[in-house]
Amino acid sequence: MSHGCVLAIAEQSDGVFRKITFEVLSEGRRIADSLGCDLTAVVLGAGEDISKELGQYGADRIIVADNQALYEYANDAYTNVLSDIIEKEDPFAVILGSSTQGKDLSARIAARINAPLAMDCIAVRVENSNLVATRPMYGGKILADVALEGKPQIVAIRPNSMSIEKTAKPGSIEKPDINIGKTDLIFIEKKLETGKVDLTEADIVVSGGRGMGSSDFSIIEELAGLLGGAVGASRSAVDEGWRSVSDQVGQTGKVVSPNLYIACGISGAIQHLAGMSSSKVIVAINKDPDAPIFSKADYGITGDLFEIVPLITDETKKLMAS
Amino acid sequence: MNIVVLLKQVPSTESFIEIADNKVSVKTDDFKMVINPYDEYAVEEAIKLKEAHGGSVTILSAGLERTIASIRTALAMGADSGVLIQDPAVEECDSLGTARILAAALKQIPFDLIIAGQRAVDGDNFQVGIAVAEYLNIPHISLVTKEEIIDGKIRCHRTVEGGIVVLDAPLPALFTTQRGLNEPRYASLPGIMKAKKKPLEIKTLADIGLDAEKVGKPKTKIVAMKYPPERKGGRIIEGESAQAKAAALVKILHEESKVI
Repeated sequence: MSHGCVLAIAEQSDGVFRKITFEVLSEGRRIADSLGCDLTAVVLGAGEDISKELGQYGADRIIVADNQALYEYANDAYTNVLSDIIEKEDPFAVILGSSTQGKDLSARIAARINAPLAMDCIAVRVENSNLVATRPMYGGKILADVALEGKPQIVAIRPNSMSIEKTAKPGSIEKPDINIGKTDLIFIEKKLETGKVDLTEADIVVSGGRGMGSSDFSIIEELAGLLGGAVGASRSAVDEGWRSVSDQVGQTGKVVSPNLYIACGISGAIQHLAGMSSSKVIVAINKDPDAPIFSKADYGITGDLFEIVPLITDETKKLMAS
Repeated sequence: MNIVVLLKQVPSTESFIEIADNKVSVKTDDFKMVINPYDEYAVEEAIKLKEAHGGSVTILSAGLERTIASIRTALAMGADSGVLIQDPAVEECDSLGTARILAAALKQIPFDLIIAGQRAVDGDNFQVGIAVAEYLNIPHISLVTKEEIIDGKIRCHRTVEGGIVVLDAPLPALFTTQRGLNEPRYASLPGIMKAKKKPLEIKTLADIGLDAEKVGKPKTKIVAMKYPPERKGGRIIEGESAQAKAAALVKILHEESKVI
C-alpha cells in the first residue's frame, strides 16, 4: 500500500466545513485502518485556512488546494484540480460525501479517471483487499453490496449514515501548486435560506402530509424548530402546493436518515417510505389506525395531528425545562 | 436548437421489488415499466425549449426492445425522433459503459443541448448523464430546477443543500433534472397517433462505430442483494387522553430511544 492510500475529500461552504466532511474523514480513517495505511484529507477552497481541525478526525496529512477559483464549487475547476491531486497521490481509495456537491463531483471524476464509483453508500468494508460498499437501490427497497475493482476505488457516502469519531493524527498541511485548467462554468450567484437546517443533514425531521389539509404547517414548524430539526413533506403535500419541492421526502424527493423522523398525517405510500425508511427512529401520527405508515414506524399515535402535535411540543418544552 | 434527451426505462416507483434467486439481481417479469421520472422532466423541458426556440428533440436510449414503448411515449408527448441502442453489450455494462455507448451514439446526432435525468430510480447511481458530458468534453450542470437559454449559453438553477446556485454554461452543454423543473404533460391522443409515424431507429454498437471492447469491463459488480432490515411493526402508544399519549411518546423518545 502506498503512503496516503485513502484520500478523503472535505466539503466546505463559505469557509465552514459541512457536517458530511467529518463523516467522510471518520469513515476514511476506518477504511485506512483496515488497509493499514495513511489517510490524507483534501480541502478545496480559498481564503482562510480551516483545514487544521481535520487532524482531529484522523487525517495524517492534509492537502489544501487554495485558489480563488475554488471558493464556490464549480464542477469543472474542482474536477480538474482533484483529478490532478488523485493522479499525483495515486491512492487506493477516494472517499467523499454523497451530497449534491459530492454526487456531482464524483460522477465526473470517475468518468475522467476511469475509476469505479459506488454512490450514496451507507456502509463500506474491505474484503479481499477491495472495497465492498452497501448502497440502496430502487429507492431503498433493496440494499446492494457492490464490489469495486481497479484503482482508485471511489465511494460517496450518504449524509448522516456514518458515525463521526475523533482520532488525533498529525494533520500536517501541504499546499501544492495547483492548476485550475480549462473551465467553462461561470458562477452567477447563490441563494441560501440562512439559519435553516438542511433536510438531508438534520438529526430530526418532522414531516407533514395530506393530513395537514392546507399550507399551514405552523405546528410542524414549531416542533421542528424546538427540536433543532428540519421540516419535510410528503409528495401529496408538495403536489397540493402546500410546500416547496425542496422539502419533499421520498423516492423522487430527498432521502433522509435522521435519528428521529416524525411523520404527521402521512399515510406511508411506498414512494414516501423510500425516502425515510433508513431513519433510526420513526414516529407516526395519523388518525387512520390502518395507515401503512404504522407498520414502518417504531412508535405510533392514532389521533388528530392538530391536537397531538402541539401537545408533543408542550411535553418537549416541559422536558427541556426540567 | 437541437436537443437530445437521454432516457431510461425503469420499473414504476410503485413496483414491489423482489430479489431474484441468484441474489444479485431483481425479478423483472411483473414490472410495470415506465419512463424514468427524472427523464420525463427532461422530455418535457426539451419540448418546451423546442416550442420556444425551434429545432428538434431526439430521444436516445440504450436498453432492451421493450424500451421502444417508452420512447414512443416520449414521441407522443412531442419529441421528434428516437434512437435505441439495443445490443447485448448494453446489458452487461456499468454506468461508465452505458455512458460510453451513449456518447458514441451522440457522435452521430447533432446537438446543442443534452438533457438527462439526475438519476434513474432503479440503480440510483447518479452517474450516466454526467459521465456522458465528460466523454463528450462538454460542461454539465446537475440537479436543475430552472433554466434559460441566453445568447448561446444556458443559465441553470442548481439545487444545493438549503438553496440554489445559479450557473452559466456555454452551449453545447448537458444538464440533469431535478423535481420542480416542470410538470410533464400527458401524451394526447393525436400525439399518440402521430408518434407511430415518427422515426425510431434501432442501432447496434457496430452501427454507432463502437467496438464492444471499448465499452470496457464493469468495474463495479453487485455481489449481494438484501432487503432493508424489516422494522418491527409499530408500537402504538395508548393513553387515556391525547395529552397522556403525547407525554408517553416524549418520555420514550427521551429515555428509551434517546433521540431527544
